[in-house]
Amino acid sequence: MEESAGEAYWRANVNLVRVLLVIWALVSFGCGILFRPLLSGIPVGGTDLGFWFAQQGSIITFIVLIFFYAWRMNQLDRHFGVDEE
Amino acid sequence: MDQQTLIYIVVGASFALYIGIAIWSKAGSTGEFYAAGRGVHPVTNGMATAADWMSAASFISMAGLIAFVGYDNSSFLMGWTGGYVLLAMLLAPYLRKFGKFTVPEFIGDRFYSQTARMVAVLCLIVMSVTYVIGQMTGVGVTFARFLEVPSEVGLFIGTGIVFIYAVLGGMKGITYTQVAQYCVLITAYTIPAVFISMELTGMAVPPLGLFSDHTGTAIPLLVTLDQVITDLGFNSYTGHHTNTLNMVLFTLSLMIGTAGLPHVIIRFFTVPRVADARWSAGWALVFIALLYLTAPAVGAMARLNLMDTVQTGPVGSPDGNLLYADRPDWMSTWEVTGLLKYEDKNNDGRIQFYNDANEEFQNEASQFEVPWAGNELTVNRDILVLANPEIAQLPAWVVAVVAAGGLAAALSTAAGLLLAISSAISHDVIKGAINPRISERGELWAARISMAGAIALAAYLGLNPPGFAAQTVALAFGIAAASIFPALMMGIFMKRINDKGAIAGMLTGLLFTVIYIFIYKGWFFLPGTNWLPDTADNWVFGISPLSIGSVGAALNFAVAIMVSNATEAPPKEIQDLVDSVRVPRGASAATEH
Repeated sequence: MEESAGEAYWRANVNLVRVLLVIWALVSFGCGILFRPLLSGIPVGGTDLGFWFAQQGSIITFIVLIFFYAWRMNQLDRHFGVDEE
Repeated sequence: MDQQTLIYIVVGASFALYIGIAIWSKAGSTGEFYAAGRGVHPVTNGMATAADWMSAASFISMAGLIAFVGYDNSSFLMGWTGGYVLLAMLLAPYLRKFGKFTVPEFIGDRFYSQTARMVAVLCLIVMSVTYVIGQMTGVGVTFARFLEVPSEVGLFIGTGIVFIYAVLGGMKGITYTQVAQYCVLITAYTIPAVFISMELTGMAVPPLGLFSDHTGTAIPLLVTLDQVITDLGFNSYTGHHTNTLNMVLFTLSLMIGTAGLPHVIIRFFTVPRVADARWSAGWALVFIALLYLTAPAVGAMARLNLMDTVQTGPVGSPDGNLLYADRPDWMSTWEVTGLLKYEDKNNDGRIQFYNDANEEFQNEASQFEVPWAGNELTVNRDILVLANPEIAQLPAWVVAVVAAGGLAAALSTAAGLLLAISSAISHDVIKGAINPRISERGELWAARISMAGAIALAAYLGLNPPGFAAQTVALAFGIAAASIFPALMMGIFMKRINDKGAIAGMLTGLLFTVIYIFIYKGWFFLPGTNWLPDTADNWVFGISPLSIGSVGAALNFAVAIMVSNATEAPPKEIQDLVDSVRVPRGASAATEH
């Protein structure tokens, strides 16, 4: 019983990390580099959206990702009863 | 009050502050020396981590790297921040739960192998020492330019200050000085940036200014910049001109490398709880982003300012360029240092600054009324940030604050690296391998002596920098990415990885990466010993030696998984260890061990 709760907690953690890392890769390698030609039609301050993602957008997204992760993991910790006393 | 006196007062005051903190935060135990007693608030630790991470390279060089290349160097921005996402989700909380003092200690315990631990110690020392050389050179240069003392004297003063607070206070002293150093460096970086942004775009927030219209026109700043530099034969600023695969791998290498740097990882050992380690990584990135969002704005604006200063009229008209005799003061100041050079190739007494490697444009320029005979101005990209306040003609006190900021950036990173080196020696080598029965007091003394030794080594290398100093950043990030990061991540996320797999993986990643770098940069960086010229056409699939760390990391993962699956599973107690690292409960119990 104890063991399976631990496994469920770990699976929830890994799933969360997986989703967040997909976004992480999408904004930096995706929007910032690989898909920049596709985004070239969207103008931002004299250049295009891809340039904005490469120089600002990805950094801002990274911050949001980490804070969301910290908040969600604390919830999961409590839900599975593995939080720190 | 004259400029020089003001610089002495500001820099002197910042040093007095660091020493004051050192006396207040003396370390009384190994727990305090290695991990500041695990009592650091997550926001405080975030700020200290930002100063720990942002080195002379971030403060002095990065805006210049972006300014002279443009979009293609966005890798530095994404790479050096994206690593914190990996650190926050894949390493920091679990390593904090593990609750020991060094990175090699986790690798040694998790892979139940003294060999694995020593491989990690070796990687850690090679990368931290190479990294520290750059900081020491930065300290020397800043002193030489701003305090008008020989760079050797500057180096001795700088290492002297680090010696006082690092030997006395260990991690505890370093943490609180880093907080002070962060405040100094971010103030120093932001003030000139706000002024230059106001001047060029009327926007007080530099990151917004970057995407605003150029003052007095309805044309965006970046459009103007692209126009000005392409008219002079340079590549456009916003365009993509390099190999895409290489840009992706370079960005990835910087991200993985950042997450694998031991001096950054150990900062997360100082917070009280696992949850704090998660929040703290977020705060670290917030404080880092304050500089990293400003840097590209500073880069673009400083580039435009520089071009406009030199190219005063239409390209090609005989009096369209700045007369050398009329050059602004900051140019003459930097000429003295040799970092800015002028050579009047066409003897017209004016400065032509353009891309003479662009054949088409050079042909055109040879037909001008007064022909252009080649680029006449060489600007070292490292001077942009330091010269910014002078270029924008800011008050003398701003120049003084920038000098203190440059020193704060270099000293805070140097201290973090020195702690990583000395704790690896006293905790992993002396206590871990040579004398496990050493007393608490004995280990604290060993840590202090190792710290003093590491500082002496750093000062020596700063005075006699090996010729390859500039190349070694590639080595530090390559090793961190290819050896340390995969070993840590597999240690936490893959229970099946055993000692043999981990060691084989680390050695494969390490050797592959180091050899690829040496093939292009020379064996042990000795000039002339490279097998292939270090140019894009010779790189395998266009992958530069700077980007190879991510490929090394992939090999590390692959080899470790294959070898582990072919050999026996790790023992029960190791699997239990992994289970305990994965859950936060019980982290405070691990504090005292």
